[in-house]
Amino acid sequence: MAVAVPPFETFYETHKTEVFRFLVRRIGRDRAEDAFQETFLRALRAYDRLEHGEHLRAWALTIASRIVVDGARRARPQGEMPELATQDERPAFEELAPLTDDLPPKERAAVVLRYGYDLGYDEIGEALGSTESAARQAASAGVRRLRKEHDR
Amino acid sequence: MTIPTPELDERFRAAAADEGLLDVAYDVFDDTAMGPLLVGVTPRGLCRITFDPEPERELELLARAYGPRVLRSSRPVDRVHRELDEYLDGRRRSFDVDLDLRAQPTFYLRVLDELARVGYGETTTYGELAARAGNPRAARAVGTVMNRNPVPIVLPCHRVVGANGSLTGYGGGLHRKEQLLRLEGAIL
Repeated sequence: MAVAVPPFETFYETHKTEVFRFLVRRIGRDRAEDAFQETFLRALRAYDRLEHGEHLRAWALTIASRIVVDGARRARPQGEMPELATQDERPAFEELAPLTDDLPPKERAAVVLRYGYDLGYDEIGEALGSTESAARQAASAGVRRLRKEHDR
Repeated sequence: MTIPTPELDERFRAAAADEGLLDVAYDVFDDTAMGPLLVGVTPRGLCRITFDPEPERELELLARAYGPRVLRSSRPVDRVHRELDEYLDGRRRSFDVDLDLRAQPTFYLRVLDELARVGYGETTTYGELAARAGNPRAARAVGTVMNRNPVPIVLPCHRVVGANGSLTGYGGGLHRKEQLLRLEGAIL
C-alpha cells in the first residue's frame, strides 16, 4: 500500500531546515528567506492533490530548486541571455517530465533535476538523500534507459 | 546554525492562513485554566478542542476528517483563544464563534444541536437530552456523543449529568467537568 500523505505540519517540520539550508547555499541568506516561504506556499497549493506520501523530501527540494531557477531567470537582464530568444517557450523541466514518466523514481528525479533544472550533481545527490556520484550514476542510467526506449 | 528563524517560521504560517490554503489551522494553548488545549479551526469555523492533546495523533485525525493541509497557525485561532480565556475567567457566558461540525454523523448533529441550547449554569440529564433530540430511550447513545464531543467547553457537554445528579463522566476527566460546573455556579 502506498504511504499516506502526512498532515502538512509533519511534512513542513520534517523538511523545513533542510530546504532552508539548501536555499541559503544556492542564493544566500537574504534571498533564501523569501524563497523559503514561496517553496512551502507552493507545496501547500499542490498538497491536497498528492496521491501518496513517497519521495516528499525530493519533492520539496525540487520545488525549492525551481524557485531558485525562476528567480535567476527573472533577475537576469534580458539582453544578457540571447539564447533565451531561440528557446521553446516551455521551461525544459516541463518537456522532460512527461518523457521520463516511465523511469524508476530515482533515475527520473536525477534526470529531471540535472537536465530540466540544471542542478549540479552535488545538489542532486543532496536532494535525493544520496551522494554526488550516486546522482551522476542515476542520471546517466536514466539517460541510457531513455535512449534505449527511444531507439526501440 | 543555518535554520529558519522563528520569525521566518511564523511568517510562513501566517501567510499560509492568509492565502486561505489551510484545511485546518490549529494551535496549542498550554496556559489555560483547564490545562493544555488544542484548538482547530477550518475556514468555516471551530472544529476541534482537545484536552491534553497528543499532537501527532490529533493531526492525523484532523487530516483524515478535513484534508491534509493541517498547519499550526495562531492567527486563525486567536478569536477562539480569546473567547475561551474570557469564559474561563468568568467574563463570558456564551460563545460567538462559528462551528464546523460537518464531520459529525446526523444523530450526533441532532444531539449537539440540542446540547447547544443548554444555558450557562444550567444542567440537564442524558435522558432529557435524548428526549429533546427525539429519542427518549437513547440516553446511553447520548452519553457516547458527549464523550466524543468535538468541541467541549464551547458545546457544553459538561452541563449533562446523570439522572441521580452524579457527574457520571467527562471526556476531559471528571475533575474538569467539576471545575467547569463550579465556574458556572452550577455546583458549589
